[in-house]
Amino acid sequence: MIETIKGFLILTGALFMLLAALGILRLPDLLTRMHATTKAAALGVILIMLAVAVHFGEVAVVARAFAIIVFVLMTAPVAAHVIGRAGYFVGSKLWSGTVKDELRPNYDPLTHELKSGLETDSNAVHQPRENDPK
Amino acid sequence: MTGAIWNLLLALAWVILSGDFSGLNLVVGLVFGYITLVLIEPQVDALAGYPARVPRILKFLGFFIKELVQANLRVGFDILTPPWHMKPGVIAMPLEARTELEITMVANLISLTPGTLSLDVSDDRKVLYIHAMFLDDEEELRRNLKEMEYRALELFR
Repeated sequence: MIETIKGFLILTGALFMLLAALGILRLPDLLTRMHATTKAAALGVILIMLAVAVHFGEVAVVARAFAIIVFVLMTAPVAAHVIGRAGYFVGSKLWSGTVKDELRPNYDPLTHELKSGLETDSNAVHQPRENDPK
Repeated sequence: MTGAIWNLLLALAWVILSGDFSGLNLVVGLVFGYITLVLIEPQVDALAGYPARVPRILKFLGFFIKELVQANLRVGFDILTPPWHMKPGVIAMPLEARTELEITMVANLISLTPGTLSLDVSDDRKVLYIHAMFLDDEEELRRNLKEMEYRALELFR
């Protein structure tokens, strides 16, 4: 029974990683590629780490496996967000099948200002941030 | 937070006193520690709200794992079959989250579910721009994102 669970976890984990790799090859633009790589790969790592935890079943190994899962869950979305954002603002082309872009009209490439589109007169002025250059 | 630390301490005490250093016994200790904290909660102010928060976190984990697997399968199907079924696009989602921590958590959760990737927050922190892979039904996607945000915020408030 335990053997079956372990095998299932490792095989599905490897399968999701394969999907991520295929996604990089096949998907048409940067943002859709980020979708495939970060999430499918993160899920793959999580499944394999669960299999490791089930296989060893000792406190030390289980604790480390869960620490790895937590760190992957914390870092993967941040990396995806930063790469995707940088790629978008540097001007990497979106796929021709993209149906909608609500960000472009609100973004000013000269001042790097990003409006919300919800501004009323009172908050339409630029809101200063802590790390803004003076 | 104090509740979580006490729960862990009680579990460690259980593991040491019972002398069985296995992962399963740690889980047993966590459950017993949780039951103890539920029983003494009315008398200790520092624990207020902790017992109610744990089932909410567990429920959220279940909901999140379900979303994660479901959406991964959908993206995987599109990668494996030759024609593209996807309709990618960037949408603006008004944020309920106010503080920086809440916005970070919500943006990370949205990035983690396949099919959506948070791109940027507007300068006034009111709108999150999201790149979505499947915009066939925009209303439904927005409703799902809202539900995810609502459930995530429940954990902090």
